[in-house]
Amino acid sequence: MAEAILEVRDLVKHYPLTQGILFKKQIGAVKAVDGVSFDLAAGETLGIVGESGCGKSTVAKMLVNLERPTAGQIKYKGEDITTMSGRALKAVRRNIQMVFQDPYTSLNPRMTVGDIIGEPYEIHPEVAPKGDRRRKVQDLLDVVGLNPEYINRYPHQFSGGQRQRIGIARGLALQPEIIVADEPVSALDVSVQAQVVNLLDRLQSEFSLSYVFIAHDLSIVRHISDRVGVMYLGRVVEIGRDEEIYDHPTHPYTQALLSAVPLPDPSARKHRERIILTGDVPSPANPPSGCTFRTRCWKAQERCAQEVPLLAVPAEFRLTEGPAHHPSACHFAEEKRVVPTESG
Amino acid sequence: MLLEVRDLQVEFKTRDGVAKAVNGVNYSVDAGETLAVLGESGSGKSVTAQAVMGILDMPPGRIAGGEILFQGRDLLKLKEDERRKVRGSEMAMIFQDALSSLNPVLSVGDQLSEMFTVHRGMSRKEGRAKAVELMDRVRIPAAKERVGQYPHQFSGGMRQRIMIAMALALEPSLIIADEPTTALDVTVQAQVMDLLAELQRELNMGLILITHDLGVVADVADKIAVMYAGRIVEQAPVHDIYKAPAHPYTKGLLESIPRLDQKGRELYAIKGLPPNLMHIPPGCAFNPRCPMARDVCRSEVPPLFDVAPDRQSACFFWKETLDG
Amino acid sequence: MPEPYDDGAIAGTGAGGAMDLAASEATTLERTPGGPQGTGPAEKARSLWSDAWRDLRRNPVFIISSLVILFLVVISLWPSLIASGNPLQCDLAKAQEGSQPGHPFGYNGQGCDVYTRTVYGARTSVTVGVCTTVGVALFGSFVGGLAGFFGGGWDALLSRVTDIFFGIPVVLGGLVFLSVVTSSTVWPVIGFMILLGWPQIARIARGSVITAKQNDYVQAARALGASNSRMLLRHIAPNAVAPVIVVATIALGTYIALEATLSYLGVGLKPPTVSWGIDISAASQYIRNAPHMLLWPAGALAVTVLAFIMLGDAVRDALDPKLR
Repeated sequence: MAEAILEVRDLVKHYPLTQGILFKKQIGAVKAVDGVSFDLAAGETLGIVGESGCGKSTVAKMLVNLERPTAGQIKYKGEDITTMSGRALKAVRRNIQMVFQDPYTSLNPRMTVGDIIGEPYEIHPEVAPKGDRRRKVQDLLDVVGLNPEYINRYPHQFSGGQRQRIGIARGLALQPEIIVADEPVSALDVSVQAQVVNLLDRLQSEFSLSYVFIAHDLSIVRHISDRVGVMYLGRVVEIGRDEEIYDHPTHPYTQALLSAVPLPDPSARKHRERIILTGDVPSPANPPSGCTFRTRCWKAQERCAQEVPLLAVPAEFRLTEGPAHHPSACHFAEEKRVVPTESG
Repeated sequence: MLLEVRDLQVEFKTRDGVAKAVNGVNYSVDAGETLAVLGESGSGKSVTAQAVMGILDMPPGRIAGGEILFQGRDLLKLKEDERRKVRGSEMAMIFQDALSSLNPVLSVGDQLSEMFTVHRGMSRKEGRAKAVELMDRVRIPAAKERVGQYPHQFSGGMRQRIMIAMALALEPSLIIADEPTTALDVTVQAQVMDLLAELQRELNMGLILITHDLGVVADVADKIAVMYAGRIVEQAPVHDIYKAPAHPYTKGLLESIPRLDQKGRELYAIKGLPPNLMHIPPGCAFNPRCPMARDVCRSEVPPLFDVAPDRQSACFFWKETLDG
Repeated sequence: MPEPYDDGAIAGTGAGGAMDLAASEATTLERTPGGPQGTGPAEKARSLWSDAWRDLRRNPVFIISSLVILFLVVISLWPSLIASGNPLQCDLAKAQEGSQPGHPFGYNGQGCDVYTRTVYGARTSVTVGVCTTVGVALFGSFVGGLAGFFGGGWDALLSRVTDIFFGIPVVLGGLVFLSVVTSSTVWPVIGFMILLGWPQIARIARGSVITAKQNDYVQAARALGASNSRMLLRHIAPNAVAPVIVVATIALGTYIALEATLSYLGVGLKPPTVSWGIDISAASQYIRNAPHMLLWPAGALAVTVLAFIMLGDAVRDALDPKLR
């Protein structure tokens, strides 16, 4: 693996639950993120999947410093950005940018497209001299596949897919090295999703970007990612290269998640084994002890309630070389193929 | 035939003109059958369903023509109070957002039992007992204890089950489900779809499933109608359409979705955007985005051609599409 | 969540600009490197303000109310344009006389010309209304904006202070505060009304700042490293100001009415200031014998208040983002 430009270590975000108006006292905490670690190598795409409430969006916000972690480190090129402030933080922000989910609320409706994409240059004037900016903005519009003559228009004159392109152009303006994309296509129509996914693909090779791609749609994540991390209740339960996760999952949650995705192939109906989980995701304010997945897991035993499984290569696969040899946080990890092969 | 929609046309009056949301839609559902209506936003899939249910906002909406035959009767010719009797007891609808479809100030049990006290004239006590029975039926654990709880005390998946229970309460013969699982997480989605399919089989109901998700369609539908700009562009049994689509739009959609079982190469992307319903392109509405478009597509509206028995495509070049 | 803007929203989205553009841009979106094609800059940039203005110009309510207001502003600046007399030059001999040539509204109890006094009264009303509104809007937005933007302890403190002022009863407060004032200018009344009026705007401003603050574009600016003042002035304020404008416009009318009320009660303006409220108060004793004395100033007051309320309504309709 290439050198990691982002190292996330034991990231924790707890939101305190308080009671009382004048004299607030803490009565508990929502454990949105509870010990997440991963590396991002230069030029790679790390996908993060999980259901709503698993903490993936909170991780995204901490990566771009919109939220301060309760504990843990985010090292960008060896330096911890979570404790930075002022000038140093502003410099780091240039290199880590974000693309938001909702193209309808992520662009200021009172500003023209030119002002929106040009705003990064006003905040970081050292990147582009004043006279240059308009041309740079037009170049960016061209790069994301929009007509540069639209520079004076307002966001509401564009469709959802086009707005998302504008949001991407804003993210590219400062020539960042890392882009954190939080569900960038989930608000778009099916036929427009493909356009935006292809655009992100093209931009990655053109500008040698590294992506952290967060989504709930497992198919899109597989399409775009080199490595994938699966999150459940604030923790990463399994992480590995895309074929390790999709074709050789060893964590029961990953297996259930993959088997639940409907395939666009009616003939798969009959011979596909589906793991239907019972119940709902527990509240992050009061997660189960031990392995947080045990309340829905068909393999759960005494040990799962007492011992938190660590994210590491399971003992069973430690000596093997195959694709099952990847970190999985389960006491009873076993390989199980749930996605039919391409031919089937 | 349980339900037959014939040449339905719906328009919306807006400040900037008339938007033609539905332009001559034909489809039918039989008892025990599942029809999936597939389309993107603005395709008219939900508007058609709202017209069938009789819950279209009029104005600004207006039914400009067509017939909706339900068990042989044209619903559009019924008086409002007759229509109301059909709604709920003979056909019911499930919405995407269960939280806003349930009344937050009434307990779940009250809302369920109301179906029986109002429509069936049962006493409160009998209604309550029925409510518990229904909650059991949609597999809500500890139904007896939870019957007095309010909607916000249930999780998203449980709320959608309650919506299903409400729709099934009077054992209607037709259920319309508008994106019933879109707001749910994938593992919960599977539970809810399973439940819906099972109950449908049990009660031998007709089901119209409105969705944009090609995966969900492949999982549960018997036949499928693909809509684009207020028209059906292709209609076929579900196996045929996935094997070999006969309309370039369907084909484009199938090729543009990333697959769980395949590693990414570049996705096929349908160029451009769905049309503005106030200025639908002349000829075939899909022609500006179609890789096969020729002159005839720009001047003439393609009718539905019979591709095979039970299978139609609104493309002049359906043969080429089918083969290529 | 996929498809937040489904078919059902056609009427709404159709009114905005996105869809018109969608049609014209279908070809330019995935353009080949050959250069721009399609309509290009043919469609002008339309900001939300210019869209609102375009709507307003077509709204008869706006046209009528703004004509009335324009007329009021003109005569309060140059009352001699339409009234040649002096409002303070009275002839007791003509007291309570009715309409006669040259004096269409007749005379009041002091023998002053009612027409002239009604025209000159506009200046007082407009001055009081405008000055109070400006004061209230500036101070209220400042306090509310700070509370909403910084939140936490600041919010708690400022909101409680706002509540205290909100709790002061208007009429009782006026009787207590203003009865000790001896100045006959309009300023004590304006000052008092600002003191009581700002909490209303502060609450609105706080709410809309909190709403605007939660939008992703504010987060995006923060992620770029924008300063607090930049986020507040460039992103939050322009998007939070609309409700403040609407409420302030409607409130302007009520401030004028409130001034008249206070003057009627004898604690507002005092002669020799010419004010509708003073005249209404004086005329109310003679309502049986000389109703014209009451009718004209009261009518002018009613029309003025109504005009501002109608203007506020029209502005709200034009600025309402839900219709876009």
